[in-house]
Amino acid sequence: MESLVNLMHGFGVLADPMNIVYMFVGITLGVLIGVLPGLGGANGVAILLPLTFSMSPTSAIIMLSCIYWGALFGGAITSVLFNIPGEPWSVATTFDGHPMAQQGRAGEALTAAFTSSFLGAFVAVVLITFLAPLIAKFALKFGPAEFFAVQLLTFCSFVGMGKESPFKVLTAMMLGFALAAVGLDTVTGQLRMTFGSVELLRGFDFLIAVIGLFGIGEILLTMEEGLAFKGKSAKINSKVVLETWKQLPRYWATAVRGAIVGCWMGITPGGATPASFMSYGLAKRFSKNGAKFGTGEMEGVVAPETAAHAAGTSALLPMLTLGIPGSPTAAVLLGGLLIWGLQPGPLLFVEQKEFVWGLIASMYLGNVVGLIVVLTTVPLFASILRIPFSIIAPIIIVICAVGAYTVHNAFMDIAVMLVFGVLGYIFKKLSYPLAPLVLALVLGDMAESSFRQAMLLSQGDLSIFWSNPLVGTIVTLALTMLFWPVISLAITRLRPRQATKPAVSLK
Amino acid sequence: MTALESLKSSAKAAAITCLSFTAIATTTLTSSAALAWEPTKSVEFIVPAGTGGGADQMARMIQGIIQKNNLMKQPVVVINKSGGAGAEGFLDVSGSNRNPHKIIITLSNLFTTPMATGVPFSWKDMTPVAMLALDNFILWVNSESAYKSPKEFVDAAKTGGANSFKMGGTGSKQEDQIVTAAIEQTTGTTFTYIPYKGGGDVAAQLVGNHITASVNNPIEAVAQWRAGALRPLCVFDSQRIQLKEPIAEGKSWNDVPTCKESGLDVEYTMLRGIFMSPGVTADQTKFYVELFQKVRETDDWKDFMAKGAFNTTFKAGDEYKTWLAQAETTHRSLMEKAGFLAK
Repeated sequence: MESLVNLMHGFGVLADPMNIVYMFVGITLGVLIGVLPGLGGANGVAILLPLTFSMSPTSAIIMLSCIYWGALFGGAITSVLFNIPGEPWSVATTFDGHPMAQQGRAGEALTAAFTSSFLGAFVAVVLITFLAPLIAKFALKFGPAEFFAVQLLTFCSFVGMGKESPFKVLTAMMLGFALAAVGLDTVTGQLRMTFGSVELLRGFDFLIAVIGLFGIGEILLTMEEGLAFKGKSAKINSKVVLETWKQLPRYWATAVRGAIVGCWMGITPGGATPASFMSYGLAKRFSKNGAKFGTGEMEGVVAPETAAHAAGTSALLPMLTLGIPGSPTAAVLLGGLLIWGLQPGPLLFVEQKEFVWGLIASMYLGNVVGLIVVLTTVPLFASILRIPFSIIAPIIIVICAVGAYTVHNAFMDIAVMLVFGVLGYIFKKLSYPLAPLVLALVLGDMAESSFRQAMLLSQGDLSIFWSNPLVGTIVTLALTMLFWPVISLAITRLRPRQATKPAVSLK
Repeated sequence: MTALESLKSSAKAAAITCLSFTAIATTTLTSSAALAWEPTKSVEFIVPAGTGGGADQMARMIQGIIQKNNLMKQPVVVINKSGGAGAEGFLDVSGSNRNPHKIIITLSNLFTTPMATGVPFSWKDMTPVAMLALDNFILWVNSESAYKSPKEFVDAAKTGGANSFKMGGTGSKQEDQIVTAAIEQTTGTTFTYIPYKGGGDVAAQLVGNHITASVNNPIEAVAQWRAGALRPLCVFDSQRIQLKEPIAEGKSWNDVPTCKESGLDVEYTMLRGIFMSPGVTADQTKFYVELFQKVRETDDWKDFMAKGAFNTTFKAGDEYKTWLAQAETTHRSLMEKAGFLAK
């Protein structure tokens, strides 16, 4: 009950008209930042941070966190329309979102994405409101071994089920791991595979690779196929939102699973990007329509979006209560808190009630405002596809180039993006899957350092991965997932054999 | 204004004698040029580390202070160039000759990165501007542990055997591991060093008992101290922190002894300083020295220093260079003994 009283107090803080204005400004800016690939939430918030210096901390965090919500929503737009993930966590959204747009169902895909984003965020906020202190303690149980277990689970829930040949999946994944290894090795402090080049010092950024592989690669493919969008004939229907909503309740199980995965990954803190991949992988495996994933299934949009937004939102909890940022954007917000003179930590909820509950209340309201803002723009964004390809394609390439540049302010990255574009095109032509490459690139680094930290802790003893019930359960679950095709095959083989045995003995 | 006034007076003088006019005019022009260098376009403020870390926070704080108090006409733009443990940022500055619109904030990677990775740059390739502050390091343990003093801690580490104690820190072969190596070298113990991504992670790992100790900066762990989860044992500075306001259990930063006075003879602080491109003029450097002096006088800055329990020593010019040369020697000898130098 105390939480409810506090929450009401939080809404009281929000009633200040200036805070509402900041909220709208934040959401709109955030959606724009989300739409532009490369200019991620973290960069956007960092750029605007000094502007908030003269505001009260409460107003400042409301505006900045609203930018974050906006970016979470906006990331889906370009993923669906052009196969360019606006944000890392919307990569998985492209798998089914873009095929839907190609079938002329861009409006439906966007509505599904936004609505499930909202749902994910809502579940996470409710969780934060009522269970914050309890959950914060859970995050403390996570050491390097536990982190590695979670990353392994992400891999295993995603791999081991593709339609492509295992050889091709493995090749793509190994290439991803190799690219992830370039740059500074955080465990030994040594440079790897930089060959004395200054440009290679920063390694291959996941975002730049994704913009190239998906965005530029897609444009190359479209050019080959006749300079026109496949989704050109899309009917623009203002009722698309309501019609999509009618279909959505069917996917409640996927949405619930996505929200749980998301909250868990946000709190531990694993991050929104792995959460979206894991949720997509799980949905593909457990859904009745699993085989059709990748061809434009709405369920394949619901799964990653719910998880990404739930994770993005719940990532703020370990930041506020423990000072551990659950995502790059949360890291920048954490810096902001310190600049405004607030100490994130266990006492923040006790000492800065107005701030904390104002923020939580703004999560509720900010997400509602965000949903309204983005849903009203659905027909608008869907109609972009009606613009002739010859006009929009150069614009997309420019936006991609600007996006790649803004990640690290480096011109070299634009060239890298183009190379990745060609690579993406070749991959598609030879029907190699892109997803394992991308997943290895984003998780490879994290998984490697967690694994090696765990090995340092245990002095090289692998039994650390079964050293307590928490890590043991996750690792066992991950391995079961990985070998599930083999296990299920073994089960189905065993059964008929038992059935045929008596027949054999009869002969 | 003084330049204008003297110009007026020189005009009067011109009416009297032509010779004196030229003489005064020349001096006026040169002195106004000397006074008036200021940025003519936006200033890039490079952070050789990722967004959200200590150096990034400080840079964005400075950006905010300059903007809020109108200390400069041109805007400051903070740019993160964190590649190769900051090498990317330093190479950007050392490679941009005579560019007065580019400054960089340093952390210990100014010394450690070239030594550990072999990427060729040194502080001598840039123009030193000023030392803004020194960041403190504190030896932290979980408050559930039995160690109440550095001596108890070191003795336990010795009796526990080599590598039995796990020390968490930020990055590899950077400041946290160097402090750890210095403890090892002075006491003859060995720790298992576990590198993490950021200071907040390390503090949380210590609270969760995944590691035995950390050498977190005050600002990274103070919240956990106040919540009763962590305990500071000693500070690695030559003097105690001069802040007497109580923080936790009635203790202030000033009550935390220095490591040296409690028998652990290790001293280390981390530079938070500013550098510019090589080849800039003395006027240009002077502008930034004065700018940062103004920043230091603001209440926001003083507040920030107190929150982070910084050592607020300010140095510029030769004094700063002497400090840098000495710090470089210290780092080299520590890293050489620990075997951290790039082969």
